[in-house]
Amino acid sequence: MAGKYDAIVIGAGHNGLVCAALLAKAGNETLVLEANERVGGAAVTRSFTEGYSVSAIAHLLYQLQPQIEDDLELKGGLTTEKLGTVALSRDGNHVRIGSDDDVSGVSVEDKASYRHFRKRMTRFADLLNTYLNKTAPRLASGASKSDKLTLARLGFDVRRLGRREMREFLRLIGMNIRDEVFEHFESALLRGAISLDATLGTRLGPRSPNTILTYLYRLAGTHASLRLPTGGMSAVSEALAHSARENGAIIHTGVKVSRIIVENGHVAGVETESGDIFSSSLVVSNADPKSTMMKLVGSKNLETGFTRRVHQIRMCGSAAKLHLALDGLPSIAGVEGSEFGARFLIAPDDAYVERAFNYVKYGETSVKPVFEITFPSFRDSTLAPAGKHVMSAIIQYVPYELRSGWSVDTREAFRKVAVETLSDYMPEVEQRITGWELLTPADIEEQFHITGGHWHHGELALDQFLFTRPIGGAHQYAMPVGGLYLCGAGTHPGGGVSGAAGRNAARVILTRENTV
Amino acid sequence: MTVTEVEQGRIRSPFYPRQARIDRLNLWHDWKGYLSADGFYDTALEYFAVRNSTGVFDISPMSKYRISGPDSLAFVDRLVTRDMRKLAPGRVAYAVWCDDEGQVIDDGTIFHLQEGVYRICSQERHMSWFKAAALGMAVTIVDETAEVCGLAVQGPTSFSVLDAMELDGIENLRPFGLTTFDFQGAELMVSRTGFTGDLGYEMWITPGKAFDLWDALFEAGKLFGIRAIGTHALDQSRIEAGFIQAYIDFLPACVTVRPGRSRSPLELGLEWLVDLKKPNFNGRHALAEEKLTGSTWRLVKLDIEGNKPAHHSYIYPRKGKSEACGFITSAAWSPVCKQNIALGTVRTPRGNVGDTLYVEIYYQREMHWSKVIAEATVVAKPFWDPPRRRATPPERF
Repeated sequence: MAGKYDAIVIGAGHNGLVCAALLAKAGNETLVLEANERVGGAAVTRSFTEGYSVSAIAHLLYQLQPQIEDDLELKGGLTTEKLGTVALSRDGNHVRIGSDDDVSGVSVEDKASYRHFRKRMTRFADLLNTYLNKTAPRLASGASKSDKLTLARLGFDVRRLGRREMREFLRLIGMNIRDEVFEHFESALLRGAISLDATLGTRLGPRSPNTILTYLYRLAGTHASLRLPTGGMSAVSEALAHSARENGAIIHTGVKVSRIIVENGHVAGVETESGDIFSSSLVVSNADPKSTMMKLVGSKNLETGFTRRVHQIRMCGSAAKLHLALDGLPSIAGVEGSEFGARFLIAPDDAYVERAFNYVKYGETSVKPVFEITFPSFRDSTLAPAGKHVMSAIIQYVPYELRSGWSVDTREAFRKVAVETLSDYMPEVEQRITGWELLTPADIEEQFHITGGHWHHGELALDQFLFTRPIGGAHQYAMPVGGLYLCGAGTHPGGGVSGAAGRNAARVILTRENTV
Repeated sequence: MTVTEVEQGRIRSPFYPRQARIDRLNLWHDWKGYLSADGFYDTALEYFAVRNSTGVFDISPMSKYRISGPDSLAFVDRLVTRDMRKLAPGRVAYAVWCDDEGQVIDDGTIFHLQEGVYRICSQERHMSWFKAAALGMAVTIVDETAEVCGLAVQGPTSFSVLDAMELDGIENLRPFGLTTFDFQGAELMVSRTGFTGDLGYEMWITPGKAFDLWDALFEAGKLFGIRAIGTHALDQSRIEAGFIQAYIDFLPACVTVRPGRSRSPLELGLEWLVDLKKPNFNGRHALAEEKLTGSTWRLVKLDIEGNKPAHHSYIYPRKGKSEACGFITSAAWSPVCKQNIALGTVRTPRGNVGDTLYVEIYYQREMHWSKVIAEATVVAKPFWDPPRRRATPPERF
């Protein structure tokens, strides 16, 4: 294989697909090269045991930016109705959070507090969302008129919150979620549930700074209304791939790029592992910044200060995925059979989440981990044989670098811990297991080509956010090699199946490059 | 329990006991943790040793990094601004390295010891920057500052001294060449390099052989006027040669805080070291840009009227009232040139070769301060650059 294209996109993750679709839509002959056999990156449905499939990494859709559905005219029908949340209690006295922010199982005061809390948080998240869908402005010299305008508008929008709310915003933005939930809620389950939402997919505990920011990030766009795509996350990715193809993009899967070819400081194309060369003077990488710059471009083609800063990007994942094939739904005290379409949380209070987090700091797995659980087969019969079910769980905290090293034994030991914790809430779950898959961050790195196995392609923290994502001075998608851009979660605004990074990148490329 | 004394404070060079034996001044300062002599008996005499016979300066405190591994050439080539692919084994290159903004971190000499093995020598320490520069490259960096000690042997009779040491073939060593000899069972490396702008060599050996080398050298140099020299004499010599020094003529970019306080190689008169034809090196983007848009500063060599050294003086474009356009960074009365010389920094577009500038020199007479406005001419060539510096074989005395 070979050929010359207007643009080459490395990686058919959802951001790569969004970017490719928009580039192709603008008339560019666009080639997408995906290392794995299916498009989607970490938004993909995979079979993990005979007859059972599941969304392999991301399993809920709550951040896909409405602008993308409009831009790419994605037809509806992707998803089922919004999911509620059940914060599990061992005694069956669960707290239920409805999709309309109505909470049950808590005191009247907590109910009111929660409404108030959500109202404020969604207001702040909406403010933030405007800027997630824009290129982060340049602060230093070389700031364009639109940079200055964006920055001025950000300041103006914060000011427009009103004096009291502005102060609240500025007070909260760097704060930790634990202090905030501790102040507002007496229900430990509610505190735990919010703590979990604020830290999911990060290497942060509820007492870590800026976990309010990560919570706001989760709410941005759709206020975290949870949806389960029918057919798993591949449904979303396939829809995006379909749109890209409709617009003229060519997508090759099972083609791993081994090198971005740089000639005299400008990209000239890519070379694949099998030695094929595809030429283009525009290369967009959906891979994370470290893989792209350190592996595909290589430090020889970059300057030292830049590579040092890329090398220092914090991106050690601490979320694992556990998939169970079950011969039937497990029983949960106090949960009706009809309720299994909901999202279940094992995070009985904020201190539990923080304690679970402690281990990962020292390279250990949590003794009592935190869970976000769905039974996608409950609504979607395509995922498991009739009468059987699939459980998909995100488990925290599991270190990327286990101190004792990842092996068959250490992995099996953690699976046992995970199933034991599950059994506290679903006593018969172990007997129902007929197949399983555990993906540690190290597995995620290997199978999904994400450095550190970090979902967000880099910790979502104030020092790696907006003007400093992935690193300061290179936050506007263009890299310091001519014709090279990033479009993945490692760039502004960050991870989650939102497509914002891919869309922002495409818009920058279409403005900057002399494309068709 | 026995209490053993632990050596504290500044590190003594392997040559220290020999230096202490001849030292009459007891004037020492700190050079990156090492004790380094300002002078040993008379700084003027020491200076004249460099220009008229041979001066020996202890360069053991110099930072020495050994670079090896499959990517060693790629590493040094990206690190510095000049094209290192052209540096053959057995050759040495003066080079300068920059940060991403094209601002100078330091200058130094790079020795191509053998195919793919380099040694970088510099005044400052750079392990942190080199480690960063090695990310993603298959190189090994070893700080061998303490494992290799060295003596700079500089002056018109230096060749005769080495010849008297029976270093066979030393007459064929060209400027910026290096060669090795067996010295009492140890490897002695000799390079024709130095910081004085004169005929001279640098000799490198393991610390275990430091005394033997010192003794053999001074024995061989007896009839050639050999003398140990300190930093005063060296500084005087390097200003005459027009060589710049970190922390005096420029600040390493990594220590500056205020914008505009660091310098690019173009601003330091080192444009000849910058090869923009190389596809990539640290600072390339910024330097290419600077080349297009112009530099802010320019390093100038000044020939100043009178005989009062222009230490720390302001430089003015006109004799009458005008705003200063720069300042002097190094100044000296040069006995060998009979010139009042200085290195300075001026704002562009001032400082073209041949321009006349004015230097405000303050001087003291019996406590009272006076000042003169001295005319200064910007010169192109180093003040001191004798043909013997390059002659191969060098003249015998």
